[in-house]
Amino acid sequence: MSTSSGSTSMRTPRRRVAGLGSARSGTGHFWLQRVTALSNLILVVICLPIVIGMAGQGHAGVVATLGNPLVAIALLLLLLSVCMHMRIGMQVVIEDYVHAEGAKVLALIANSFFTIAVGFAGAFAILKISFGG
Amino acid sequence: MAGAAERPLSPHLQIYRPMLTMMMSIVHRITGVALYFGTLLLVIWLVAAASSPAAFDTVNGLYGSWIGLLVLVGYSWALIHHALGGIRHFIWDTGAGFGPEAREWMARATIGGSIGLTILLWIIIWLVKG
Repeated sequence: MSTSSGSTSMRTPRRRVAGLGSARSGTGHFWLQRVTALSNLILVVICLPIVIGMAGQGHAGVVATLGNPLVAIALLLLLLSVCMHMRIGMQVVIEDYVHAEGAKVLALIANSFFTIAVGFAGAFAILKISFGG
Repeated sequence: MAGAAERPLSPHLQIYRPMLTMMMSIVHRITGVALYFGTLLLVIWLVAAASSPAAFDTVNGLYGSWIGLLVLVGYSWALIHHALGGIRHFIWDTGAGFGPEAREWMARATIGGSIGLTILLWIIIWLVKG
């Protein structure tokens, strides 16, 4: 297959000069994806009955439910766990399909912005309601 | 691309005959991406509840419309399917379940389980709502 050189190395000349090989962050993300998957699973099971209970309720009922500290804590933990899982999950998807360097970097930044913004907006709403606002 | 090495390409999707395990892998990723944006639904609902009763009623009305319910049913199915797919990955992480029978069985359990549990979920919601 190799026509340009006799070398069997998969690394590009630029990579070799820059001394770059594996990013060495792959297993870290793999592990974090598993840990957050487990916490997602546990927290969804805890939060599901709460959310079902709020189905069809009016504003007052929902505010009263979210006013319970245990409910608020469970939802906050779920949101944190979900947003971390979302961020590294989408990062994998972007790295798989977006190959142009500029678009990839922009997409990765947008991914960080989106997941952090969604997480903080949700957390603020839960805290505001829970603190009686 | 400048500086790109001539790396061998691995065979891709169009080479393979579609198989259930392969479809489950693809659907796991698609549901993951859908859930990524679906989290917005939960956060919009929470922010509306934190804003005012009027804002909350608007969002609740939107979610309660037939198209809103359709999206919520799809969202719940995606969540359950992705969760079951995740459990399948946990089993694989232990080194078990890679045999032809086991992986085929787990693929069937994932799709069957996700549809069954989604129906069960909405029956429960319907009963609670009265």
